[in-house]
Amino acid sequence: MPAIEILGLEKTYSVGFWRKRPKRALLPLHLKVEKGEVFGFLGPNGAGKSTTLKLLMGLVFPTSGSAKILDMDLDDPRMKARIGFLPEQPYFYDYLTGQELLNYYAQLSGVPGKERSHRVATMLERVGLKDAANVQLRKFSKGMLQRVGIAQAILHNPEVVFLDEPMSGLDPMGRREVRELMEQLKHEGKTVFFSTHILSDAEALCDRVAVINKGELRGVGAISELTSTVQGKIEIVWRGTAIPAALKNMNAEFFVSGDSVRAILPEQQQEAALETLQRERLHLISLTPLSTSLEEYYLQKVQQASANATQTAAGGRA
Amino acid sequence: MSARIAYIASNTFREAVRDRVLYNLIAFALLMSGAAILVGQVSFGIERLVVVNLGLSAVSLFGIVIAIFIGIGLVSKEIEKRTLYTVLSRPVQRWEFIVGKFFGLAGTLAVNTFLMAIGVFAALLYVSRQFHGTDGWIAVALYFSILQFLMMTALALFFSSFASPLMAAVFAFALFVIGNFSEDLRGFAAMTHGLQRWLATGAAYLLPNFSALNIITSVAHEQPVSSSLIFYNTIYALVYTAMVMAAGVLIFQRRNLK
Repeated sequence: MPAIEILGLEKTYSVGFWRKRPKRALLPLHLKVEKGEVFGFLGPNGAGKSTTLKLLMGLVFPTSGSAKILDMDLDDPRMKARIGFLPEQPYFYDYLTGQELLNYYAQLSGVPGKERSHRVATMLERVGLKDAANVQLRKFSKGMLQRVGIAQAILHNPEVVFLDEPMSGLDPMGRREVRELMEQLKHEGKTVFFSTHILSDAEALCDRVAVINKGELRGVGAISELTSTVQGKIEIVWRGTAIPAALKNMNAEFFVSGDSVRAILPEQQQEAALETLQRERLHLISLTPLSTSLEEYYLQKVQQASANATQTAAGGRA
Repeated sequence: MSARIAYIASNTFREAVRDRVLYNLIAFALLMSGAAILVGQVSFGIERLVVVNLGLSAVSLFGIVIAIFIGIGLVSKEIEKRTLYTVLSRPVQRWEFIVGKFFGLAGTLAVNTFLMAIGVFAALLYVSRQFHGTDGWIAVALYFSILQFLMMTALALFFSSFASPLMAAVFAFALFVIGNFSEDLRGFAAMTHGLQRWLATGAAYLLPNFSALNIITSVAHEQPVSSSLIFYNTIYALVYTAMVMAAGVLIFQRRNLK
């Protein structure tokens, strides 16, 4: 039994005031996420990630299709007691303190009264907010709000956790802390479904990913599977203006500026390129990874979707 | 009542208290003490009438303003600020959320009215030096005010479940004004015939009848209130509130929270 099973979920909104016209936010989506998986839902802004999460949380209703979480329907309160959700850029009741907020959510999630205060205290400590337990949320920084957001999502020990852009707006330290928390959830055997457009996070954390753009699923699978046909790029800079012939055959782009050359080439050519520079006694200035294989795959899928959309629009006009 | 409704109600009450809604009591206290002192100096023999009229009218006005202006934000504010997302993604049904919000604001208004009632009786004691048997009807008038607040809260919540806060405020306030003239509408219906009569009678029953719940003038004149009026007004206000709440829940159940 998969943890999440999406069966043709589709959402079309009506937009416009007088003359309503349909806007398809999500085309029929079919997706399965197994128990214990960390699943990344990737796509640019406006791709349909948040719409999918809102559909799964029962915040908006599908135009057609259905979904099951832990083999239960989306409106089943028993299922909702077993999941956790962090919305994108969360906003909480700012007149409450961190402790009061978590206590309120624990009450709503059905955490028994005897366990509640212990669970809240443990959770505040786990997300590093123990000292801010009695501070009103209106005095919290964005990073603190994101942490309390994660705390409320996992407070009731859910089996499946949905996180909508959990790293959004966090500084590097905050992102690292959230990553660590997600790794802990994975070790605890929880299923984590998170949406992001930060590919390095997905690459570091996910067992499988799905790429969505313009409401359409563009690809799904393990990162190694998806990226087997694409490769990342690196940038090599060396001193001088000479470009060795061996490098020219490496499917690279060269940019000469002043007394240095900048070459952008596939990451698989890295070793050969460095050997060539050494052999030619050229002075290496820097070597920088420009994009990972996942980034290349993602860009390919996103650009493909845009090209298809343009083609369809042009066809429609013709 | 499910525990979740109680938790939501209690949180709504806490929000109102922390957002300083009860600060209106300061204005009320100043008004009552000022009136009590002033009336004692400028009027002779009608001190009680003036204090009761002013006190009960102020209780009604303050309560209605709170019911409308807090009521219209109860749902729309939660949608706008997206605080609702983390509530409805838990085992909380949409109807439980609406009912919890209603009880939270109703509780706030009940506490507010109780504290203002103390102010009214204190001012009355100051001008009359002692309580009379007929002063008990003031408590009935205050009870009717609470029934009005329940109806108004339900209406504000109803509008809040589909309209913007501004439109909800306009609708709710308009209904409050119309509801105070609903006896006139009933009189008009009785004078007309045919379709016009049907329409006027329908509107009279559909619109809230706040005028039946307003006994301030008769209580100020120490006229008794019949037990049947108390009974029918209670039934009317509770049934009307429940129906408006049900309509609000029906709309909110289908609403997409974009």
